[in-house]
Amino acid sequence: MDLDAKLSDQLRGIPRSGIRDFFELVIGRTDVISLGVGEPDKPTPWPIREAAIRSLEKGQTSYTSNLGLESLRAGIAKYVEAHFRTLYDAKTEILVTVGVSEALDIAFRAVLNPGDEVIFHQPCYVSYAPTVTMAYGVPVPVNTRLEDNFALRASDVAKVITPKSKVLVLNFPTNPTGAIEPLDELEKIAALCVKHDLLCFTDEIYSELLYDGRQHKSIVEFPGMRERTILLHGFSKAFAMTGWRLGYACAPPLLTAAMMKIHQYTMLCAPIMSQMAAIEALKLGAEAYEPMRQSYEERRNFVVGRLNAMGLHCFNPGGAFYVFPDVSSTGLTGKEFAMQLLEEHSIAVVPGGAFGPSGESCVRCCYATAPDLLVKAMDGMEVFVKSRKKQ
Amino acid sequence: MERLLQILCENARQTNAELGARLGLTEAEVAARIVALEHDGVILGYTPVIDREKAGERGVTALIEVKITPESGGGFDRMARRISQYDQVRGCYLMSGGYDLTVIVEGKDLYDVAKFVAEKLSTLGAVLSTATHFQLRVYKHDGVLLRSGDEEERLPISP
Repeated sequence: MDLDAKLSDQLRGIPRSGIRDFFELVIGRTDVISLGVGEPDKPTPWPIREAAIRSLEKGQTSYTSNLGLESLRAGIAKYVEAHFRTLYDAKTEILVTVGVSEALDIAFRAVLNPGDEVIFHQPCYVSYAPTVTMAYGVPVPVNTRLEDNFALRASDVAKVITPKSKVLVLNFPTNPTGAIEPLDELEKIAALCVKHDLLCFTDEIYSELLYDGRQHKSIVEFPGMRERTILLHGFSKAFAMTGWRLGYACAPPLLTAAMMKIHQYTMLCAPIMSQMAAIEALKLGAEAYEPMRQSYEERRNFVVGRLNAMGLHCFNPGGAFYVFPDVSSTGLTGKEFAMQLLEEHSIAVVPGGAFGPSGESCVRCCYATAPDLLVKAMDGMEVFVKSRKKQ
Repeated sequence: MERLLQILCENARQTNAELGARLGLTEAEVAARIVALEHDGVILGYTPVIDREKAGERGVTALIEVKITPESGGGFDRMARRISQYDQVRGCYLMSGGYDLTVIVEGKDLYDVAKFVAEKLSTLGAVLSTATHFQLRVYKHDGVLLRSGDEEERLPISP
């Protein structure tokens, strides 16, 4: 049987993830210092893990409401109100999902008709474009620029808006760049959404991880935005809960009901033990993530200082836990840099091109890595950069 | 506790340049601050956290509950300081509750510790009684979990 011929055309059009290619090179090697991860280095704080253990002991192993446990949704409503100054009704406007990834997928599938265009800024998280394509939408990337520290220009968004544009996706702070969006640009982008009647999906997964005393402001807080926004958030990054696969979507009732329709038939509900853990995470709030945030900020200071000192241009990212240095001063592309660094010094970073073409001269380094390993990685990278500059 | 001390507690082997880069201070500023903290007796020393079993250490550690008669004027301080002087004593703490001092003692073997208790500790005039508990296994030491060997590695590359 020609199985290949049986595959969906839609799927065939989606290229393999660039990150996957690189993963294959690294996997199985035990000598590698990896700055290639997209998650915290520490396990989930103990009280959160303990809450899950307790719930298992109590025998809480059943399905939950499709929307998620009511007490969790109530906790989310409170948390979102405090962090995003936006009120959502826990009964009709919040849906608990299996990570933000699922939330994003069902959000696209809920609103896109074939040919509808989805605008997003690049470099970006690897799943945006494929998820749009799988929902029969058309991905419309807008490149952000190194010279803008990878913030998004409203004028660049305006250029790609067409009558087919339906959704704008934002993710600030950004994976892979750590970029944050200046408020004046965010305000202009919000105005564009209102003017062109666009929906906005805002991926807020890194919103707690901001540095230099910054306060987060989401696009949902701007006039006219709440009614057209799906706010996507989860527990993975701030609470170090990537493996629990727990996220949520907050949106007006009609959009929530539409996403719910897909969620109930495909996922049924998020795992109850993860939901029980999340209730505890929300109770702890900043107490759980602030020590990690502070430590990331210090590690960022260290890494940005070292990278610039060794001659790689690296802006000081305002959030998340990534730096995105430009490696063109070595005469290498991001991909060549990453391959050769891995080969010669057993240090793994991710080629920036895996996150979109405007990142091709960069690499992504995750500094949510143990400080002593960061020092070793920076030492090795410095030797590598020097060797390339001499040539 | 100031942040510099907190991150030294995580890892005291970071260089002043590394500490400075994390805290937004110059190397010289960090060096000066550490010298001041050492001079003031805030920082008393730097020691590694060791899995003694893996290091091949076959000695024993005991926690000894000690009841003493407080002295007029000095309370427990003079006796506690005196007990702390012995090299075998790794820690000495004044406690609330049913006894007065917790004394952590290390020795080559059971006999070694028993000898210390019988010959040194119990013979001090103010010591009323002792209760010795031997440590059997360490799970966490100075805030650091000992590795159990079944830790799951995280993926080296993830999106």
